Amino acid sequence: MELLYAITTGVLSASGLYLTLRGRTFPVVVGLTLLSYAVNLFLFSMGGLTSNAPAIIGDSSHYSDPLPQALVLTAIVIGFAMTAFAIILAMRARGDMGNDHVDGRKAEDRGERR
Amino acid sequence: MMSHLIILPVVLPLAAAVILLLARFGAFTRRLLALIATGALLISCVMLVGKASQGEVLYYALGNWQPPFGIVLVLDRLSALMVTVTAILSMGCVIFACGGDDEKGSNFHGLFQLQLMGINGAFLTGDLFNLFVFFEVLLLASYALLVHGGGRDRIQSAVHYVVLNLAGSALFLIAVGMLYGATGTLNMADMARAVSVMDPERNGLVVAGALMLLVVFGLKAAILPLYFWLPRTYASAPAPVAALFAVMTKVGIYAILRVYSLVFGDQAGTLEALEQPWVWWMALATLVIAAIGVLAARDLRLLVAYLVLVSVGTLLAGLGMHSPQATSALLFYLVHTTLVTGGLFLLADMIGLQRGKVGTRLVKGRTPIHATALGLLFLLGAIAVAGLPPLSGALAKALLLAAADGIQRAWLWPPLLIAGLCALVALSRAGSTLFWRSQESDNTDDQLSGWHWAGTAWLLIASPLLVVLAGPLATYTEAAAAQLNDPSAIIQALLPTEEDAP
Repeated sequence: MELLYAITTGVLSASGLYLTLRGRTFPVVVGLTLLSYAVNLFLFSMGGLTSNAPAIIGDSSHYSDPLPQALVLTAIVIGFAMTAFAIILAMRARGDMGNDHVDGRKAEDRGERR
Repeated sequence: MMSHLIILPVVLPLAAAVILLLARFGAFTRRLLALIATGALLISCVMLVGKASQGEVLYYALGNWQPPFGIVLVLDRLSALMVTVTAILSMGCVIFACGGDDEKGSNFHGLFQLQLMGINGAFLTGDLFNLFVFFEVLLLASYALLVHGGGRDRIQSAVHYVVLNLAGSALFLIAVGMLYGATGTLNMADMARAVSVMDPERNGLVVAGALMLLVVFGLKAAILPLYFWLPRTYASAPAPVAALFAVMTKVGIYAILRVYSLVFGDQAGTLEALEQPWVWWMALATLVIAAIGVLAARDLRLLVAYLVLVSVGTLLAGLGMHSPQATSALLFYLVHTTLVTGGLFLLADMIGLQRGKVGTRLVKGRTPIHATALGLLFLLGAIAVAGLPPLSGALAKALLLAAADGIQRAWLWPPLLIAGLCALVALSRAGSTLFWRSQESDNTDDQLSGWHWAGTAWLLIASPLLVVLAGPLATYTEAAAAQLNDPSAIIQALLPTEEDAP
């Protein structure tokens, strides 16, 4: 399970990073979302991976670390708010600039200005 | 009541923000509320300094969950100083914003208070994850404030700023996760204790986490390879917001200072001061690049943004020297530079308002109506920020130069002094273009209100005041540096069960 988990996290963050480095706002936002999913998975694994164990101390002798779960919960909430803001900002930029390039320029403009 | 004082800098702005965002008031009531909230914040911060100056480390355990399990706010000399500087700066910004900038979009004052809450929280927290949460609070408010009023430039620079900071937040979480995985705690004092007794096999994980954290803080503080977002963002932000942003880079520097002096201090063994070589060389490189940027800037606001970058380089150089004298000098410089660069952003906006279409661009334009008064304020700010005697910049720089010894002196003195010279050249060129190379015209519309003058003067007057109060302030920063140098005091205050258990 650990290997699968590590590969999943790695692939997610690699794809997220690749998309974040793209030149248009839509892939960038998708990339940031993937990156935040990868981060959440990573945080979750930091308390150690256990199966079939409740995150409540005292309920049974065998329990999983509750702290990473609390962290992931906070990170998810913040991540949603941030993604929502990034989407609205990207739409506003598209409206104001007339195109969705992160630099606010059209492809032909970039060719001319050197 | 007194025991709850520590949480006031977080709760006061939050309450003010909720009231301002939920209730519908007229412009006058909103301004009054914002001024009252900021004034109350200033008073409570001064009281906190009074408490902290007695030398004790105080903490506030939320919900009475004692550390290391609960969330704590920690008050020592450094954090009290930082919240007070923020409160003084924000007072100037709020006064200035009342001159009309707050009505150019909606919810200015509410968002401003939220950002203050985030900044104060980041300065006071004693917990690594809460540092992240407060960073996000201040960032989210700053995103919205940055695009306040709209306009192409603002939106465009906001896209870069938001995307970079979101990527930075992801990195921050990974770093926090790594450190938690290696040490099993998030409380910084407890982490310092855990690092000192850790199995050396885990060193690699901790080093990776710690250096990743340095990248994140470096992004917020705008160290050399991570500074590209700063000049355009600061130059395009509305003036009171840009002035408040003057403290945002200092949040990054504070975080570096706090985390690495506490967690990777004396007791960390082989991990002690692992950030030092990185910070030192990057700081010098930042100084050089910032000096070039200052000379190259063709817009007054951009020029001030690069001056902020010069101050970042200077502060980090002080950090990289890693001695109590240098830390004391850097704290003195931090107070000076935050207030003065904030004031210069406000002043640049005032000058721009009076020059019609050319705005703050450094080209021939209309003479400002209040050329004499604006020119005198500009002179005051320029002397202070370039570091000429007799104002506080010279004093702070002299302290920093004196703190360097041995080989550090050879590396630090040339970039720091030449950066000062570059600032002087650029500022005198800018000043003569703005006030002398101008044509007379029938400039009749006076757009400056008393609020503008009061806000700018409030911040720029800080520089002569800092010279007058240099003695007490230097004593305070020396004590703060000594307290930082000895992390065991904080660890002992937060986790007393170690040795003095009954």
